Order: sequence, then structure tokens, then C-alpha cells
Amino acid sequence: MNRPMKEGTNYDLPIRAFAVTGILLTAIGIMASGLHSSDKNETAPASPVYEIKRDSITSLKAFKQVYKVLMSPRCMNCHPSGDIPLQGEDSHLHTMSPQRGSDGKGVYAMKCSNCHQPTNTPGLHTPPGNPNWHLPPADMKMVFQGRTPRQLAEQLIDPKRNGNKDIKKLIAHADDGLVLAAWNPGEGRNLPPLSHADFKRAWITWLTTGAYAPK
Amino acid sequence: MTTITINGNQQQIDADPNMPLLWVIRDLLGLTGTKYGCGVAQCGACVVHLNGDAVRSCVTRLSRAEGQQIVTIEGLSKNNDHPVQLAWNEESVPQCGYCHSGQIMSAAVLLRENSNPSDADIDAAMAGNICRCGTYQRIRKAIRLAAELQRKEGTNK
Repeated sequence: MNRPMKEGTNYDLPIRAFAVTGILLTAIGIMASGLHSSDKNETAPASPVYEIKRDSITSLKAFKQVYKVLMSPRCMNCHPSGDIPLQGEDSHLHTMSPQRGSDGKGVYAMKCSNCHQPTNTPGLHTPPGNPNWHLPPADMKMVFQGRTPRQLAEQLIDPKRNGNKDIKKLIAHADDGLVLAAWNPGEGRNLPPLSHADFKRAWITWLTTGAYAPK
Repeated sequence: MTTITINGNQQQIDADPNMPLLWVIRDLLGLTGTKYGCGVAQCGACVVHLNGDAVRSCVTRLSRAEGQQIVTIEGLSKNNDHPVQLAWNEESVPQCGYCHSGQIMSAAVLLRENSNPSDADIDAAMAGNICRCGTYQRIRKAIRLAAELQRKEGTNK
């Protein structure tokens, strides 16, 4: 008689644990969706553990937003197709032709940080600043300029072309200091077309719904 | 008070930490070899070495230089005999001369990192130093000569 009770107890424990975890996760999910958006697929989870729920429609919709930001001058200007960064709202070649260099930080007397200070320099048309100002390195150029939405989407999730980043690292990259600098561009420069919060939400949504590439 | 080391001498600077390093060098320390050109890091006249890098002192704040090693044109060599200075003299590079302390400081960084620069290397290194007199051909020639002098001397300043 004791035996079945014992067995029952043993089985009950995980069931209870699952039930409690399930309730908690549901509650967190409801809270998170309330914070962000009515569309559950566009919701960034509160926890850093991201579940992949493949949903091509939501994914492509999110990527449209992501692409708009990445192709804006604040992002694309430092992801050029050549070895000279771009400048301005029209993404012209950077005056004085500074070059990428092997580490992306310039060459000889033309290192990025020779002009780009740790913070923005005050005034119009002065160098924007960041302690880590650089282009992608020569062996991992991560070009945005000229990429179609499909090409860029495929490149972004390919570790051989995205700086060896898995999904976790890609999500974390949304909060990289130099990425954030796009939203603090210095006087006279336009902001990216989405707020950083909206961009991050679209970015995470795209990645966690399957990172589909548009046709 | 901000402590910087300039041309080997430690200096205590009583100034706003946001003051451009160029003002500190010229107005507070009286080292006027470094020139003011554009004030927005576009011309290269104000180049000095900050821990060996050719920074533009007009946009570099004093706070960035705190505790760091600064070298100006006055401190590039003891007897104005850095290979770049010797070559500049030999080739009579300057016309008005205003941009040349910046040019020389940039060229010195190039030669420290590349003892045998090609014309493409010279262009890449010097593209940020503007000369309104257009002495670019002589600058290039002098850098080639300086490289030769440096190799002969076996120095790597």
C-alpha cells in the first residue's frame, strides 16, 4: 500500500514542478507581451533565453524594419562595400579617404581614433565619437552597402560572414556600444528610421521566428 | 589639475578637462610649432603624437591626454634630425610652411610602422594632411628620402 503512494509521490513532483513552471512562464509571457506589443510574435522575451518559433510571415515583416535601419546611413556608412568608410546622409566616400586597415581601425597616421574621440565632438560636421570607433576588419567585412534584403538577411545569420555570431550573440549585438552610437550620432546627423527599442524588438523577432530571408 | 607628459616633461595643467589639447599645447605651454588649421579634424595641421598615434589635437580633449605621452614637433627629435625633418630640409618641401609640422608628425608615424612605404602607403597615410600650397609631390619625395635615411641609419624612431 505504501509502495503505490511512494510511486505516486515520485511522479507528482515533476508534474507539479512543470505545472508551476508553466504558470510562471505563461505569466511572464503575458507580462512581456503587455509591455511590448499586442502581436505575440513581435515580443522580446523578458528572459535572455530565446525560443525559436518559426513563423515566416512575422519574420519577414520584422526583417523589413531591420533592413530599413541597417541600410540607413548611421549603420551602412561603417559597413561599406569598399575599404573607405562612408559619410553623410548621402553616404558619400569619407573625405580624406581613410582606409579600413587589417583590423578595421585605419592605417598609419589615419587611424579612426586620431579624429574620432571617445565621445562626440561638439558642433556641426565634427567627428562623431565612440571609444571603439572602427569598421569591420578586412577579413570579415560584413558589407551592408549594396546588399539586397535577401543578401543581407542571409549574410547576417551566416557565422562565416557575420563575425562568427550565433543567434545569442546576434541578439546581444543589438546592444553593442557602436551599434547604440547610431542613435547618438552627433549634431546635424539624422537618426536611424526606428528607435533603438523598436529596432531591437524587430531584430529579436526576426531572429527568433526563423530569420527568414526575403525572396 | 591634469597631468600630462609632453616631449618627455611632466606638466600639471590647470584647465578645463574639455579644453582642446591644441590650446593647452599652444596657449598654456607656449609650444607654437603645432598649428591651428580648421578646428574640426579636417586638415591635419594640428597633428601631435598621443602614445605614438597621430591624433588631431584640435578635437582631442585634455582629459584624453591625462597621464599619456604627448610628442609635438618640438619634441620629435633633439636636434631637428629626425629622418623626416632631414629629408624635409633636403627637399625644401615647405612653401608657406603652415601645415608642415602636422605633415611631418604624420609622416613620422608612417615611417615608424612601415620602413619602406610604397606611393600607395604614402598616400594612405598622408591623405588627411592638407597643404594649400600643393607641395604634395615634394612631400612624397621627402618621405621616400626619409625612408632611405632611416634605413641607412638603422634607426626606427
